[in-house]
Amino acid sequence: MFIKRLVSHTHSGEGLFPMVTALAAALLLSLVGGIFWVVLRGAWPAMSAFGLGFLVSTAWDPVQNIYGAAPVMLGTLATSILALLIAGPLGVATAVYINELAPGYLRKPVSFAVELLAAVPSVVYGLWGLFVLAPWIRTGPGAFLEQHFGFLPLFRGPSLGVGVLTTGLLLAIMILPTITALTREVMRGVPLDLREALFALGATRWEMITRVVLPNSKAGIIGALLLGLGRAIGEAMAVTMVIGNANRLPVSLLAPAQTAASLIVNEFPEAFDLQLSSLLLLGLWLFITTSLVNLAAVWLVYRPTSVKSAQGGALHAK
Amino acid sequence: MPSNHRRRVDGRAAEVISSLFALAATLILGLILYFIARRGLGAINWTFLTSLPTPVGQPGGGIGNALIGSAIMIGIGTLLAVPWGVTAAIFLDQHPHSKLASATRFACRVLTGVPSLIIGLFVFTLLVLPTRTYSALAGGIALGVMMTPLITLSSETILATVSSSWREASYALGATKQQTVRMLILPTAAGGLTVGIMLAVALAAGQTAPVLLTALTSRFWLENLTQPAASLPVLIYTYGISPFPDWQSQAWGAALALVTIVLVLNIVSQAVVSVVNRRRGV
Repeated sequence: MFIKRLVSHTHSGEGLFPMVTALAAALLLSLVGGIFWVVLRGAWPAMSAFGLGFLVSTAWDPVQNIYGAAPVMLGTLATSILALLIAGPLGVATAVYINELAPGYLRKPVSFAVELLAAVPSVVYGLWGLFVLAPWIRTGPGAFLEQHFGFLPLFRGPSLGVGVLTTGLLLAIMILPTITALTREVMRGVPLDLREALFALGATRWEMITRVVLPNSKAGIIGALLLGLGRAIGEAMAVTMVIGNANRLPVSLLAPAQTAASLIVNEFPEAFDLQLSSLLLLGLWLFITTSLVNLAAVWLVYRPTSVKSAQGGALHAK
Repeated sequence: MPSNHRRRVDGRAAEVISSLFALAATLILGLILYFIARRGLGAINWTFLTSLPTPVGQPGGGIGNALIGSAIMIGIGTLLAVPWGVTAAIFLDQHPHSKLASATRFACRVLTGVPSLIIGLFVFTLLVLPTRTYSALAGGIALGVMMTPLITLSSETILATVSSSWREASYALGATKQQTVRMLILPTAAGGLTVGIMLAVALAAGQTAPVLLTALTSRFWLENLTQPAASLPVLIYTYGISPFPDWQSQAWGAALALVTIVLVLNIVSQAVVSVVNRRRGV
């Protein structure tokens, strides 16, 4: 049947054209499965050696060949959630400013500046973080927190500059453009007549923003935050340069830690056998986690939505 | 209900705070660019851009081999990703509602969200481990794998802008689908396709983790695609975390070179977009 279709296409003057385009698409589709399969196969020895214990063990010992992922998984979550807590409000506020508040002549330059922030390579953020941000954190906010709140485990010193807080801040800068761009896109979808209706009722511009624009963009904004979170979880180079690379449970914000991605970057070139397999297992965890977070985000941003009025009743979008 | 005056004042105050946040975001970009320019300009000169690194401890040396290595690996990636990505986009454009099309679109979304590090792990396990050598070829393939879904998604959007009345006119003249794609759709969309490709190249140029895991680095000129190769981002990383002040200053010089390349690509593509839009009268 395949041959028959091929022949009939050749006779209709199409040649192999439809086949080739379908093949290109199918190859792209199989790439996802291919990546998953190759990483899974590589991670298999570690999976069968450690089982679920890999997720809770805190050991990472190449000498005795025992590996556990608890510190780096918690390190990944701590740094990326910290980044989201900082970049979330900042990113949404920036989107509100560009879309709703900025005078016409500032709209383009500000949004362009935020877009360029997304274009700066992550290794350059790492360099900047290591030589500019980390020294500032060490002597500024880090020293302050250590001095006044150092009795809390969360702020236990010494303030080294590199560590969880610096990484969270740097990641926040890096995911800000993602959050701002998507939030703007969702907010642009809020119908004009709803905005005008609230103005007609005598609302101020800020009341219009908080009662019409933001409630109607809620799902999309959560999606934008999730996409930012996904980026932060998978970020490798910048994190590696400022996290301090200490494979232990992240307790203090000021102390060095390790994330899954930074551990892979640090140890991959020299790893073999079970250590290599354990790193691939971490890669598999990253692949699955970021994919799930991103798919949830894409679903929230692009799903068909119903529009809510200021009172919270649902109207249907035209 | 608070008084009208109160409502106006509250609104203004909230607006000012939101504006300050936006100002902070813009300021951060300024801060980053300022430090890269200030620390990088001192390190950059013609010798720096064209010569090999010197042995540890010897002053001088440059990033010539890293520039060439990056260019070659991005070239390999582009050669892989442009035909593959655009062809896949043609399929999505021709059969937008087929099952394969929606599955491919879904796959592209997953792939663009996957950390580039994972693509490095994939190509490492597939190519570096069996051949037992890091290579420029593996690095280029990793970049190509990363670029393809980006180019597919951007190209599909661009191809969709070629109006259906033009397509129908082409079919009415007796052209086959292939002829329509080759002689009408691709030439009409060429500008937009180029912008998408340029943005993918800009993204690939800054990738460190996938190149580090597949091409590693080298302190010599690249003579053979099956050898490890130096690249600009990996050099910034290794020099940046090194304990030598000389290397650290070279890392800033390399960062300035990389950021210049990436930002120029982004700004030029923005300019092309606005020119194309103006010509279309959008």
